[in-house]
Amino acid sequence: MNRKKALQAPYLFWSIMFIIIPLCMIFYYGFTDKTGAFTIENITAIATAEHAKALWLSMLLSLVSTLLCLILAYPLAMILSGMNVSQNSFIVVIFILPMWMNFLLRTLAWQSLLEKTGVINNILHFLHLPALNIINTPTAIILGMVYNFLPFMVLPIYNSLVKIDGNVVNAAKDLGANQIQTFMRIILPLSIPGVISGITMVFVPALTTFVISTLLGGSKILLIGNVIEQEFTRAGNWYLGSGLSIVLMIFIIVNMVVSSIFDKDGEGAVL
Amino acid sequence: MKKELITLQNISKSYDGQLVLDELNLFIRENEFLTLLGPSGCGKTTTLRILGGFETPDCGKVIFDGRDITALPPNKRQLNTVFQKYALFVHMTIAENIAFGLKIKKKSGDYIKDKIKYALKLVNLEGYENRMPDSLSGGQQQRIAIARAIVNEPKVLLLDEPLGALDLKLRQDMQYELIRLKNELGITFIYVTHDQEEALTMSDTIVVMNQGYIQQIGTPEKIYNEPENAFVADFIGDSNIIASTMIRDELVEILGARFACVDKGFGENTPVDVVIRPEDVELVAENAGTINGVVSHIIFKGVHYEMEVMANGFEWLVHSTKMFPVGTKVGIQVDPYNIQIMNKPVSEDEEAATIDE
Repeated sequence: MNRKKALQAPYLFWSIMFIIIPLCMIFYYGFTDKTGAFTIENITAIATAEHAKALWLSMLLSLVSTLLCLILAYPLAMILSGMNVSQNSFIVVIFILPMWMNFLLRTLAWQSLLEKTGVINNILHFLHLPALNIINTPTAIILGMVYNFLPFMVLPIYNSLVKIDGNVVNAAKDLGANQIQTFMRIILPLSIPGVISGITMVFVPALTTFVISTLLGGSKILLIGNVIEQEFTRAGNWYLGSGLSIVLMIFIIVNMVVSSIFDKDGEGAVL
Repeated sequence: MKKELITLQNISKSYDGQLVLDELNLFIRENEFLTLLGPSGCGKTTTLRILGGFETPDCGKVIFDGRDITALPPNKRQLNTVFQKYALFVHMTIAENIAFGLKIKKKSGDYIKDKIKYALKLVNLEGYENRMPDSLSGGQQQRIAIARAIVNEPKVLLLDEPLGALDLKLRQDMQYELIRLKNELGITFIYVTHDQEEALTMSDTIVVMNQGYIQQIGTPEKIYNEPENAFVADFIGDSNIIASTMIRDELVEILGARFACVDKGFGENTPVDVVIRPEDVELVAENAGTINGVVSHIIFKGVHYEMEVMANGFEWLVHSTKMFPVGTKVGIQVDPYNIQIMNKPVSEDEEAATIDE
């Protein structure tokens, strides 16, 4: 028993130092003003036009990105799950390969691809085609989100699909269901836990990102992540930054609770 | 004789170059309980999957009611399958599971309701409509799987080792249940199993398979009493398989001693295999039988004693209600009609899986 406790010690130290204490600090700053007195102004500040707009835009862009990821990922997961192991591992590696590279680097690469005088526009210019002007627009941000978070949608859906017993699918066909009916009534409902995990794993990081919006959205488009970042780094207002973080945390917790209701098997535990 | 409902013509199938079925020919009659019996890898499940439409044979034809259905997908076939491990839809209630096929066929709500009630009554699970499959025991899930298949009124029900996951007592109960169902429904059952007792209990016809070839087709009595080769004799029940010589019609030399038998037409001085069931070996007083031996092992089995008797260099397996202690000198005697003569195996698949030394 003592030995077990001794082994736990480093993790306990880690979680206190880097999770519990920072969280307590966020809550302390979130509920105090500059004089140290209790206030809820930092929380209610979300209602101001500028902050509400940032939160609204974040939600909208994350929702659109999540939806696009889902549309792209589901067929891909189905194709992957229908393959046998040897092919499968090769294709999975090809697909996962970009994930091993730094997230920031990949987003910077998209920036130089999309720039007004970037790679894509040079090619379009060479072919005498109209230029693509999506850098510093919400479209570019969505593109960045979908690109970066797609694997997080594919993997849980893939996991829930491969778990479906082949004979269950055969049973549906045996009972007269055609391909579409089998998909709609059997495969899709049985893969819902994976879909819910995927949605959570794309929506939450998309909602809180500030790197993608900074690099691909320029400084004009402010997401809630950018607002919080600026409060901490530029304005030096830890109180407001913490308050807005708490609001964002509430949104995330609600999302997590909803997803855990649907995902009882812990399909999301793969990542 | 009832009419032939399904005919398999020259069916061959291989996976990755491994031949699973080789030119299989088989017909199945209407309202027959036919069992495909054999060890794992004998091709029985593949045969069933070809019938169900889940596999396409490399060559050959499946004729159903006079129509070639070889290329027809499973959802267009007039047969339903009960899968190994049941394959129930875990996200649906029992009623929704049973209604699945009927809803696909767009039957009316009242019709479906009646059918669910009827099917649950048939499998003795009335009142289970709103339960989820996970909350049922293995035996109950199995019966739901059967109910789900039969509400569609198939002409043929395919059953893939449906009792494999159940315990012994439940398995025996379900065997009687299946016979009752088959008689009540009046449809054809095609049953796959590796359990010889199951096959003997339920079937009208047994098809014994090994390594992709049919070894013997016949009634349970025929298969048990008159196995055609060493594989069938060995696979169905315990047996003494002894290399012998057919001296002439109705006389065979077993381990140097001459026994009268009833078989004819094997020629003179032909090497053959002889099958004698352990319950057909009679132990008598020393010198009173055809050959003498010594009891070397004895185990009490409940209904009978299982003994091993060493005689003329062969260890005879004997089942008897009389007990002979180890070391007793006994005589061995076999009635002529209990000696089954078989030709020597001509290929590997006809050989006994395990040969008692």
